[in-house]
Amino acid sequence: MRGRTISPGKACGEALVSKTPISFYGGVDPKTGIVMERGHELEGKCVKGKILVFPKAKGSTVGSYVIYGLKRNGVAPAAILNEDTEPIVAAGTILAGIPCVDKIDIGKIRTGDKLVVDASEGIVEIE
Amino acid sequence: MYLTREQERILEGEYGEVMERSLRLLVKLGEIYGADRMIPVSSVQVAGVSYKSIGDPGLEFLEDLAAGGTRVRVLTTLNPAGMDLIDWRKLGVPLDFAAKQLKIIEAFRRMGVAMTITCTPYLAGNLPRFAEHIAWSESSAVSFANSVIGARTNREGGPSALAAAICGVTPNYGLHLTENRNPSVVVKVSAELKSSSDFSALGYCIGKIIGDGIPYFKGVKWASTDQLKALGAAMAVSGAVGLYHIEGLTPESESVETSGVETIEVGAEELRRVYEELSTGEDPDIIMLGCPHASLDEIIAFASKLGEKHLRKPVWICTSRYTKDIATRMGLVERIERLGGRIVADTCAVVSPIERMGYKTVGVDSGKAASYLPSLCGQKVVFRSTDYLLKRWVG
Repeated sequence: MRGRTISPGKACGEALVSKTPISFYGGVDPKTGIVMERGHELEGKCVKGKILVFPKAKGSTVGSYVIYGLKRNGVAPAAILNEDTEPIVAAGTILAGIPCVDKIDIGKIRTGDKLVVDASEGIVEIE
Repeated sequence: MYLTREQERILEGEYGEVMERSLRLLVKLGEIYGADRMIPVSSVQVAGVSYKSIGDPGLEFLEDLAAGGTRVRVLTTLNPAGMDLIDWRKLGVPLDFAAKQLKIIEAFRRMGVAMTITCTPYLAGNLPRFAEHIAWSESSAVSFANSVIGARTNREGGPSALAAAICGVTPNYGLHLTENRNPSVVVKVSAELKSSSDFSALGYCIGKIIGDGIPYFKGVKWASTDQLKALGAAMAVSGAVGLYHIEGLTPESESVETSGVETIEVGAEELRRVYEELSTGEDPDIIMLGCPHASLDEIIAFASKLGEKHLRKPVWICTSRYTKDIATRMGLVERIERLGGRIVADTCAVVSPIERMGYKTVGVDSGKAASYLPSLCGQKVVFRSTDYLLKRWVG
């Protein structure tokens, strides 16, 4: 699949897919990488080292700092894939150096799929 | 993207590393979202101020910026911190937390950022005019500025807002462009909205349904400024709504295009379900009001309802220092505190470490607070109107 480069870089890993939007602030613990939003479909799951896939972001503008904090604390996702990346996530991934691509059909990706992401070229492959 | 000669020189490093890095972030965002150029902004609101929210990585990031002698170029105001910067000892804020928080504030102060320390900058000295370009973070303030004032900002993340403050510009895309401010959905409201918390429940319900859309409300006959503040704040939590219109009440509602837009309906039953979904507790240990920060009018109303009755449970009303000072001069702070309440400035329930202060269940009148308190503060929540909370628990 070919999408739009949000933040360059390469990554490979296992997909962790959410069908619903994610708020990084209040939604993901920057110290552990565990999703903590009550009732969220990924509640209790850890994003560390995963290719985190979700349609869009929601919520607080502090989300950029949470993404940056995840990276600095060593618990960041290896890459982020979206349908539409909003500026809050874009600023966070660029600042943190986390590869990020959007404008792809995330419906083709299942949790556990092995993905290879070349975000600089906007290319995502399912192995 | 077109860049001026000066902007090119910034990218070549002539104005130092921090300016270069900041403008590079803005140019990247502009390229991603198809901006044709940078536009000057007249003010910036910076989010990501509480130590609890940004932690050590954020503190180091800000100290690096400040150490380079960076100054903001335009009026830049600041979001709430993790504690009342004067009364933090009295409120039981842990010492280690306070030390880090004061360092964050000091870094912003050195950069020339205005110490408003509120999520309602428009009530505390940062009031843009209609159609003015600004670069704000703080999702509730973004919504208020775009919708109620008609100023223009995207939902900036904390770091991109700070970059705009340092460079004085933002990329021209998204909600800065007239054609992107048309509604994506018409919302017919059949429920009677009686309180700010009803507006908050409506916002929570709509944000969840429309995500990052732009709603156009019909059937809302009247709303106070404070109710509009509550509506926008909740939509920016359950969704990513940065702009809404209300027929006859908000400034762009007459000029935007609603024909051919899908319509949804919301009634009393939908609002009841929001109250139910967000209420996870039964008997609050404390009532926390002022999310977003309470206005002067809200504090006056609270004081007049309270009269001379002693509160049976602690009540915090969070607000800006600016508003608290006026309430102090009116004698309201002294009276409310004598009766067992607290007017807390510079912070709020969500960004302060209340989970370390012995509280388990919080009563709130805000959908935003009700959404964030369980995950960020480990609290159970009772979400009801201000009047109900006062009558049932404390009055």
